[in-house]
Amino acid sequence: MSTHSHTEERHITGNKTYIIVWAALMVMTVVTVYVSYINFGMLNIVIALVVASVKASIVALYFMHLKFEDSITWVFALFPLSLLALLIGMTITDTFTRTIVP
Amino acid sequence: MANHTIAHNVYVPFLEKKGILSWILSTDHKRIGIMYLISISFFFLVAGVFALLLRYELLTPASDFVQPHTYNVLFTLHGSIMVFFFIVPGLAASFGNFLIPLMIGAPDVAFPKLNLGSYWIYLLGTVIVLIALAKPADTGWTFYTPYSATTDTDVVLITFGVFVLGFSSILTGLNFIVTIHKMRAPGMTWHRLPLFIWASYATAVLQLLATPVVGITLLLLITERTLGVGFFDPAKGGDPVLFQNFFWFYSHPAVYIMIIPAMGVISEIIPVFARKPIFGYKAIAYSSLGIAFISFLVWAHHMFTSGISDLAATIFSFLTFLVAIPTAIKVFNWTATLYKGSIHLHSAMLYALAFVFLFTIGGLTGLFLGALAADIHLHDTYFVVAHMHYVMIGGTVMGFFGALHFWYPKWFGRMFNETVAKIAWFLIFIGFNVTFFPQFFMGIQGMPRRYATYPAEFESLMALSTYGSWILGLGIFIMTINLIAGLINGEKAPQNPYGSLSLEWQVPSPPPLENFEEIPHVTDWTYGYGKKK
Repeated sequence: MSTHSHTEERHITGNKTYIIVWAALMVMTVVTVYVSYINFGMLNIVIALVVASVKASIVALYFMHLKFEDSITWVFALFPLSLLALLIGMTITDTFTRTIVP
Repeated sequence: MANHTIAHNVYVPFLEKKGILSWILSTDHKRIGIMYLISISFFFLVAGVFALLLRYELLTPASDFVQPHTYNVLFTLHGSIMVFFFIVPGLAASFGNFLIPLMIGAPDVAFPKLNLGSYWIYLLGTVIVLIALAKPADTGWTFYTPYSATTDTDVVLITFGVFVLGFSSILTGLNFIVTIHKMRAPGMTWHRLPLFIWASYATAVLQLLATPVVGITLLLLITERTLGVGFFDPAKGGDPVLFQNFFWFYSHPAVYIMIIPAMGVISEIIPVFARKPIFGYKAIAYSSLGIAFISFLVWAHHMFTSGISDLAATIFSFLTFLVAIPTAIKVFNWTATLYKGSIHLHSAMLYALAFVFLFTIGGLTGLFLGALAADIHLHDTYFVVAHMHYVMIGGTVMGFFGALHFWYPKWFGRMFNETVAKIAWFLIFIGFNVTFFPQFFMGIQGMPRRYATYPAEFESLMALSTYGSWILGLGIFIMTINLIAGLINGEKAPQNPYGSLSLEWQVPSPPPLENFEEIPHVTDWTYGYGKKK
């Protein structure tokens, strides 16, 4: 059984970190918009998704304090990502293999 | 929590305070549990009446009682209300709320106000769906595209109502997970937790992780209808099967949101009335988590005939068979607990035994449907209807009725008439089987579900099924009257009428407002029956 003294430890993040994170998010937003005007073919989607994922990650890590949480919180934060991968992965498996007849 | 004590309060039962505000503003988990119990029971009876109307229409082959469109609306309402208003919140929200803090030795859930909020969100969702009844949907409870994207009935409002209901489910799940992690009494280690808590934990994880997906899916459907985006429209580059993939990614785990709490109930009732320690405690506990995990891997077994690829169908068929393993682990352990037990056939135990028997039939017939070749023949026939009702009524509802009879004295401090309860159980058991067993035969003979009319050759089996529904309805009516009568003039319940070792029975009936005068120190598991203490 955990006690209060353990769970009530709170990490205080300085304003400087928040400002850096905010600036990084802004830069990445500009990148997303800029890249969308250049035709990279299929890569456009990949770039947009990678940038969005990085943004979501730093929001979770710093603004939502995941970086300073204990392991059980990490488990609850990461496990749904594996389910998301499963949902997308298996749905794509279906879509891309419909023409294959054994 | 270890230092939290309530010093020598005078016993004040939680039901002492009167007045409407003492209910609608109460953050007491026991009262919130009662509000859920009354709400879900009400909707269960309403949706049950729809079922009786459906069965009455099917008494004869022609569509002579209601028009086909009305029939479609009736089965949509029956399914939607049963699933989203009754069986998904069901045991988890009602008995989960009442029992979790009591069983783990806590004064309340971790977030009492959020808990009350969950209830009001649930009620808001039901109100939205009731408004949608002005032009009720006729899509069936699954809202499949493309029909749901094109029908001129009010699909948007009913799905929005279900979307809102989802938040109630998510917040309840979150609350229970944190409660079980953080609020256990000293000494209440994971491996001393009652199995109902393990089941509630697995359910809460599913509620938290799967429900958002159905929320997103229904939003996509709403945007499809209102903005014409084309996610599910091949003409615009979409895919109608995508809706089914998303929908079942939630709705298959949702089946386990419905059944796992009932499995927890059975694990509590059987050892008490067999006077034996539960057999295979850890196996039952971890199989709940196992079922929860595997439930995420099997969703496309609802779609074998929807045009998914053979490769995907084969993978999902294989994975579907895996569910049988943790499920069978539970059934075998319950049976082993009964073996050489000193069995007392209390009404709650009768419901538990009915669960084991009927759920086994429901589970085994699921294997027929999980097998690719058999499913081609059986998909969307009465076989599916029968299988699903054996799991949902034979499983979840029997567990719900068992829980009602088992914890009734604790919750309300009164006893019901046991003889009447047994008569009602008998009628329910017989009525259920007469209603649904013939449907397996009709399904194998090719009778499709969701039709108001049918060929004359099915008339005798259809009529038998309808007669069964009357017996089932009568049984549930008698049970309801018996339980209500107990509240009015039942004998006062003792603290622990069945000699249970679980924590909730070690406080007075009904429990005091703060649950425990002092937070208990737990030194043993709760299943040490048949041994001298």
